[in-house]
Amino acid sequence: MEKIFFRPESLYDVPTHYCPGCGHGIAHRLVAQVINELGIREKTIGIAPVGCAVVAYDYWNFDCSEAPHGRALAVATAIKRVHPQNIVFTYQGDGDLAAIGTNETIHAANRGENLSVIFINNTVYGMTGGQMAPTTLLGQKTSTSIEGRIKEKHGYPLKISEMLAMLPGVCYVERVSLHSPQETLKAKRAIKQAFENQINNLGFSLVEVLSPCPTYWGQAPKESLDWIRDVMQKEFPLGRIK
Amino acid sequence: MPKNKILVSGNEAIAQGALQAGCSFYAGYPITPQNEIIAYMAKHMEQAGGAFIQAESELAAINMVYGGSAAGARSMTSSSSPGVSLMQEGISYIAGSQLPAVIVNIMRGGPGLGNIAPTQSDYFQATRGGGHGDYHLIVLAPGSVQEAYDLTQTSFELADKYRIPVMILGDGILGQMMEPVQLSSKKIAANTIKNWALTGCLGRKPNITKSFYLREGALEEFNLKLQKSYELIRKKEERYEGLFLADAKVILVAYGTMARIAKSAIMQLRSQGKKVGLIRPITLWPFPQAPLNVKNKKLKYLVVEMSYGQMLEDVKLAVGGRNKIEFLGRSGGGVPSEEAMIGKIKKLL
Repeated sequence: MEKIFFRPESLYDVPTHYCPGCGHGIAHRLVAQVINELGIREKTIGIAPVGCAVVAYDYWNFDCSEAPHGRALAVATAIKRVHPQNIVFTYQGDGDLAAIGTNETIHAANRGENLSVIFINNTVYGMTGGQMAPTTLLGQKTSTSIEGRIKEKHGYPLKISEMLAMLPGVCYVERVSLHSPQETLKAKRAIKQAFENQINNLGFSLVEVLSPCPTYWGQAPKESLDWIRDVMQKEFPLGRIK
Repeated sequence: MPKNKILVSGNEAIAQGALQAGCSFYAGYPITPQNEIIAYMAKHMEQAGGAFIQAESELAAINMVYGGSAAGARSMTSSSSPGVSLMQEGISYIAGSQLPAVIVNIMRGGPGLGNIAPTQSDYFQATRGGGHGDYHLIVLAPGSVQEAYDLTQTSFELADKYRIPVMILGDGILGQMMEPVQLSSKKIAANTIKNWALTGCLGRKPNITKSFYLREGALEEFNLKLQKSYELIRKKEERYEGLFLADAKVILVAYGTMARIAKSAIMQLRSQGKKVGLIRPITLWPFPQAPLNVKNKKLKYLVVEMSYGQMLEDVKLAVGGRNKIEFLGRSGGGVPSEEAMIGKIKKLL
């Protein structure tokens, strides 16, 4: 009998530290699976973010670096320039990529750095206790927007992917979600595309992944998937942006 | 001029010294008075087979240096005081990840935007680590354009040897001043074997560049490892120049550009038969202890700085209360004059 589902070599056989229902474990696996399918494990260098996924290198079986909060794309830029033959990607959350690291994000994209970016959007700062993120929805309650995000006070959810899509150096932007098996399969295809683009030297690719954070959404795991489907994706529509 | 002798500014000498030392990655952001370094790198780095990036900020520049170094390249950035303040986060991460890197600070007046005049007021920031956490940089203070060239090469060697960030601390005078430089014919040092570098895990276990130690006791263990390395550096790498120390009654202590003016004052006083000497620390961290650890209680020191007394604290620590120490300093663009030094010394003699 043919074995069609197995743990990819790029993923260590260890339990993760993530909360029940968290999307990181799924996203890690998708990245690992894609790396295996493309046969690039031994030349891949990943940049782990500051945030819940800081120890992604405890789960990924390939070279990795940490980066200071927000600076992943500066670190990745340099690694790729030094080793153009390697495959370099960053894995960043919304606070990392779209708040503290906006400058590094925009400029790496605008230089058209030949990198792949996996951008996890869960609308909150998870590791620090669920504060408001640049992507928090209007009305969404967090520990720093206790009445819900108010546009007059906090501004609007930042659509960084749409902003980046405007830049000529960016070759591919797609928004995907982990709220159902079908969407997760689409997410995997998009992540694969982002890596293939790099292999083909096409420039900057970014996949935004809508990912559940039941703990700081105050929801049960199943409920958090429904919330992405019914609420979050209205603000962040799925599909190819560029 | 003899072969391989050129007339260059301190800034250009640093850039040339870096390329001679095999620096193959540079990222920087423009700021006066060090712009000749980034311009030189823009022109020559790619020809030399390396990578050059004009970063979007000093934050990005230092993190690119983090990445370049993690990838195994001899990596450098250069800036001036306000820019180096912005880099402190990255420098702390570089130290915490045990990455070799060279950071050039051609100091200008502060605090804040300050001015672009020469100063030495970033001594504390350079020698105390500057960013968060228990760490040090090796800090080298060239006193001439030739030394700027030579010490840049040394800085890459030390950075690789100890896996530590090294800072070259100069000021606007050194950066802008032109002097003849004897170019090194030394072969570009072959990069140390960096089996920790990120190159892809082909044929080995994955390498991780990190400074995060969450498990209980792990960070303390790591910090002790750093301290052990600092102890070794203290023991082996203190550097200074001593002048007329054998019979001096008053010893000036000054570094970098300031030591040049101090030398003129000393030569004048010597020609009048006054017993004056000079200690010029070349490493500011580790600060040279040996020349200041002497038994003669009658010996007096005059510390001269373009600051209001920063290196002074290290001199006091090294002297340990045994001797009288006087201080002469100006900052914000003021430079202590030869005459002012001579006046102070005559009162001490």
